[in-house]
Amino acid sequence: MENKEKNVQVAIEKAEENKDDVVLEVKNLVMHFKSKKRGRTHLVKAVDNVSFSIKRGETFGLVGESGCGKTTTGRTIIRLYNPTGGEVYFNGVPLHGKMTKDLRKFITSNIAMIFQDPIASLNPRMTVQEIIGEGLKIRGMKSFDERHEVVVDMLKRVGLMEEHATRYPHEFSGGQRQRIGIARALVTNPKMIIADEPVSALDVSVQAQVINLLNDLKEEFGLTILFIAHNLSVVKYFSDKIGVMYYGKLVEMASCDELFKYPLHPYTKALLSAIPQPDPHAERKRVKISYDPSIHHYDDGENAPHYFEVRPGHFVYCSDAEYPGYQAEVSEIQKKLQEKG
Amino acid sequence: MSKKREVASGKMGLCKRSEDVQMGEPIITVRDLEVNFNAYAGTVQAVRGVNFDLRKGETLAIVGESGSGKSVTTKAILGILPKNGYIKNGTILYDGDDLVKYKESDFYRLRGKKISLVFQDPLSALNPIMKIGQQIMEALILANHMTKAEAKAKALDLMKAVGIPEAETRFEQYPFQFSGGMRQRIVIAIALAADPEILICDEPTTALDVTIQAKILDLINDMKRERDLSIIFITHDLGVVANMADRICVMYAGKIVEMGTADEIFYEPAHPYTWALLSSMPDLDTKEKLFAIPGAPPNMIHPPEGDAFSVRNKYALAIDFEEDPPYFKLSDTHYAATWLLHPDAPKVEMPEILRNRIQRMKEADQKNGE
Repeated sequence: MENKEKNVQVAIEKAEENKDDVVLEVKNLVMHFKSKKRGRTHLVKAVDNVSFSIKRGETFGLVGESGCGKTTTGRTIIRLYNPTGGEVYFNGVPLHGKMTKDLRKFITSNIAMIFQDPIASLNPRMTVQEIIGEGLKIRGMKSFDERHEVVVDMLKRVGLMEEHATRYPHEFSGGQRQRIGIARALVTNPKMIIADEPVSALDVSVQAQVINLLNDLKEEFGLTILFIAHNLSVVKYFSDKIGVMYYGKLVEMASCDELFKYPLHPYTKALLSAIPQPDPHAERKRVKISYDPSIHHYDDGENAPHYFEVRPGHFVYCSDAEYPGYQAEVSEIQKKLQEKG
Repeated sequence: MSKKREVASGKMGLCKRSEDVQMGEPIITVRDLEVNFNAYAGTVQAVRGVNFDLRKGETLAIVGESGSGKSVTTKAILGILPKNGYIKNGTILYDGDDLVKYKESDFYRLRGKKISLVFQDPLSALNPIMKIGQQIMEALILANHMTKAEAKAKALDLMKAVGIPEAETRFEQYPFQFSGGMRQRIVIAIALAADPEILICDEPTTALDVTIQAKILDLINDMKRERDLSIIFITHDLGVVANMADRICVMYAGKIVEMGTADEIFYEPAHPYTWALLSSMPDLDTKEKLFAIPGAPPNMIHPPEGDAFSVRNKYALAIDFEEDPPYFKLSDTHYAATWLLHPDAPKVEMPEILRNRIQRMKEADQKNGE
């Protein structure tokens, strides 16, 4: 037991020494849930063999429809769930092993989370300064005055005021509550933020306020962000790299511009074609593509799918047989782009 | 019944776009509608003088933030305001009758039969302990006085019409066995059960995913075409209505601040609030900083004096804080309530992010045209 705790410490020290560019590395992450239905046990493969990495200061957007496992991925990384398999490294430190006190401390002090629902994620019986200051208290900042100073500073940074500190969550509007959630996440100076649909529950005009705030804070704190959302316009606006998830699998991953220029996986295409645009003329002409997963014919043998790098940094989940088709598509798009000049 | 046949055989069945629709006669006329709520803290003025027509065969979108009064307006039309709400003033004309004067028993002839409602959350709109088929049949038996056998046949037809595969099996299932999109299809089937003339969709896709949302919007459009429906479509997402709406009303703080055809609202918006709504969400080409509206919607117990949006409006003029702007006419179909359109007002341009986007959209449109 002691040995293991020591191992974590050694690994943490090692990681501090050689600061790699990659902050978070997720390798073949698997998260299966067992559910019992009519006496039978079902296996729900919420996250199935997901791999990606996020570099320092980068924003990685995870998109997909509800139930595709994007939230579970985020929660498994931060160890709200115990992964069934796979590896997660943060700055070279493995996060997937046995949960020790040291490891928990390491995770909570480095990665923070912003939740979707600003009502459910704030304790209604705590004042704002208690909510935001709780993390500081746990991390050893015992003096109330000291904490108060940090909290007030943080409140101002997220666009709230000093007098808000003594109020309770119910006294705030949705946008303000989300600001409190952001302040709570940032107050312990985490290196990475997992933002799980931070704007979906907010009103249109307030969404823009919160997106702008996150953008400013990203630059100010040099944050690395895992941004989970289903609104592709917002993800495109906010992220550097995008992963598209479908039923527990990461089906396509590329940099933001690349993905929108060369969408290859049929699900990605369907997703892109479904985004409503505020342009009546384009909308009337829009062709919606629907995705039918039965076109793939995957099996465990020769036709087993895995990741192919179709273009540099652009990964598609497909089988050996499908790969040439995607390549042909890439060259076709390139030809078209050249013709357009 | 004779009325319906007229509509079906007339040219209204063919009209799709705003240009044709303008000739349609008004089917619902709302004039000076004011709705108040008695709340603990005082009287909430949720709707403060709304005027609009719903014309036959058109889709009218009402867009605004939560609390702008868009849902309350449609609830007033259907007479389903909460107990503490009442219509203070105004008329709602439908078929020569003023719905404001209707008693609860009068509404029975109307709700579901002439005017139907599709709710935002399909799970809470359906009865969890009643089979799907029974719920559709219930609507048919109540409205059309059908026998059970007739109702079952019609219900199965409806389920097929709204795109439910294996309708016979699904007929015997419960709401929890359906996905969100399928549930919303059922809600639409129930709404259409009694062949209404008017369908009111209150944020029908807000709870759904993008791909499902696209399918439900297509379904609503198909149903409209097949059944000559007139639709009031309530939403806060302007992207959603771009391919649905013939005309759009933008609501803020209980008033319609701008009204026009879809093209006019998207390509030539005139009210600062419409600008703000359009530019507060990124589209796929947005790189600039978003134009966020500062602050929050006003407290409608004490609505601000003058233009309610002036406090959050960076283009506000001094007069905005004193006097409510009248409607300025931009074209026969396009009206906006902002002092910026007054001949004496200083010339103000819309935010850059929006100007760029409209420019981009027009260029793309020209390219496609060639």
